[in-house]
Amino acid sequence: MKKYLGIIWLVLVLAFIYVPVVVLAVYSFTDASMVGASANGFSFKNYVNLFADEGLRNMIFGTIVLAVVCAAVSTVLATFGAIGAFYSKKVTKSLLNAVNQIPVVNADIVTGFSICVLLIVIMQVSKDTYIPLGLGHIVLTAPFVYLSILPKLKQMDNSLYEAALDLGATPAQALFKVVIPQLIPGILSGFMLAVTLSLDDYFVTTYTKPSTFDTISTYVVNATKGSQTEAKTALWALSTLIFIVVIVAVVLMNVLSGRKKEKKNESR
Amino acid sequence: MKLRFNRKQLCIPYAVFLILFVIFPLLVLVYHAFTNGQGKFTFSNFTAFFSSTNTLGTLLYSFAVAAVTTLVCLAIAYPTAYILARSNFKKKYALLLLFILPMWINFTLRVTALKEILTLIEGNISKYQFFNSVTGMTYDFLPFMILPLYTSLSKLDKSYLEAAADLGAGKFTTFMRVTLPLSVPGIISGVTMVFLPSMTNYVVLDMLYNSTYIMGSLIGSYFSAYDWNNGALISLVLLVIIFIVTLATNRFSEKDSGNRGTLL
Repeated sequence: MKKYLGIIWLVLVLAFIYVPVVVLAVYSFTDASMVGASANGFSFKNYVNLFADEGLRNMIFGTIVLAVVCAAVSTVLATFGAIGAFYSKKVTKSLLNAVNQIPVVNADIVTGFSICVLLIVIMQVSKDTYIPLGLGHIVLTAPFVYLSILPKLKQMDNSLYEAALDLGATPAQALFKVVIPQLIPGILSGFMLAVTLSLDDYFVTTYTKPSTFDTISTYVVNATKGSQTEAKTALWALSTLIFIVVIVAVVLMNVLSGRKKEKKNESR
Repeated sequence: MKLRFNRKQLCIPYAVFLILFVIFPLLVLVYHAFTNGQGKFTFSNFTAFFSSTNTLGTLLYSFAVAAVTTLVCLAIAYPTAYILARSNFKKKYALLLLFILPMWINFTLRVTALKEILTLIEGNISKYQFFNSVTGMTYDFLPFMILPLYTSLSKLDKSYLEAAADLGAGKFTTFMRVTLPLSVPGIISGVTMVFLPSMTNYVVLDMLYNSTYIMGSLIGSYFSAYDWNNGALISLVLLVIIFIVTLATNRFSEKDSGNRGTLL
């Protein structure tokens, strides 16, 4: 009996999480203008609109490019930052760790607003250069990459680096051929985290973006406030597509990491 | 002689970056908070904030929304994490993923979905603003509470529970005196993950019913009015709150960074 109570609880929580998303997904395949309204049966209209509308297409493309580019820059910057900090004196290291923590605990809105005031108000950098937007997203994401690399550095076998030097490798070779390969899992998960953080961001974007540019977040917020039904229902299709992509990605990751573990067990 | 390459120097670009774009903007915020539009030093932004019933009301209201949201999230997430961590489902990890998967779906899209459902159920959603604020925030932040709780509960050494049972503690006593105290780090990090965002994430409320009364919305409206000084002041108030919360929780929380979706 008790076990069933647990399962019922889990099902209820899952229902709370998924019913809205799934209902929206179902309605995205109709021509209804709001959830609950009567629909004239099955329709791909929203999906056609999503891809036919050039503005929407550019917006989605822009969001992805912004996320990937900023995540790549963050990853390079923070990877070298973490390696350097790891080998630095204790004072330098703890100072860097502390400053790195600021954007992590800070509210995104404060981060975004402070960058806006510095770059746009004081330094008069034009928003249209995309520089404030890019820098803002790097500030938002780089500290998380740094944090996901630190534990890998601690686990690393330090004598390998020394061995490489003894065997005649230059420090640069030792760095790129010995140290960095050991950090790859941390670097990859840091990069993925940076991408998802950037994709999900609203506040930094809204305070730093050029007025003609929109990411998914800022576009959705404007569309739900507006009265244009067509833009609104096309977003149902977008939401459904993202939902499916996320599920597939998570399942794939799970299967892949499961296989890796199995291989490891077999080789033992 | 070959130029010797020093590993320590690798952190210089990142350190410079952090100084320029993390520390510097914060200093600029402090400067703006204590000056007026002409750049003269003044406390007037400060006194205006703390003497206006409008802004103080906003501060109180956001505290209320954030506190209730945090409690609701905790009340939903704790049993969920507990059942998941203690269960002997074969695919425990896959099941956990189901609960935190929304982290990776853009929050504005999820709130859109919630808005449609709430409209369907309630008709006019601006009637129950406080309830809907809390529902929206809970919907948005629940995964961020479940993950740290699950992490700390699943790390819990089962032999402690057995020891408690052997020493004669009942299930309730074991929970209150062993499980709960040992999960405090998870609770703390979950609470910080939910409390601070729900004080500032005005977009959730903005999308639900076009009008908002929390701290974040003040920054938003000063931003649209180009009033950098007052916006900076609100940011400073938020920073102080964040600083206090961080100081207060640092003693308890272990260094776990992975609460913002690092499961991948």
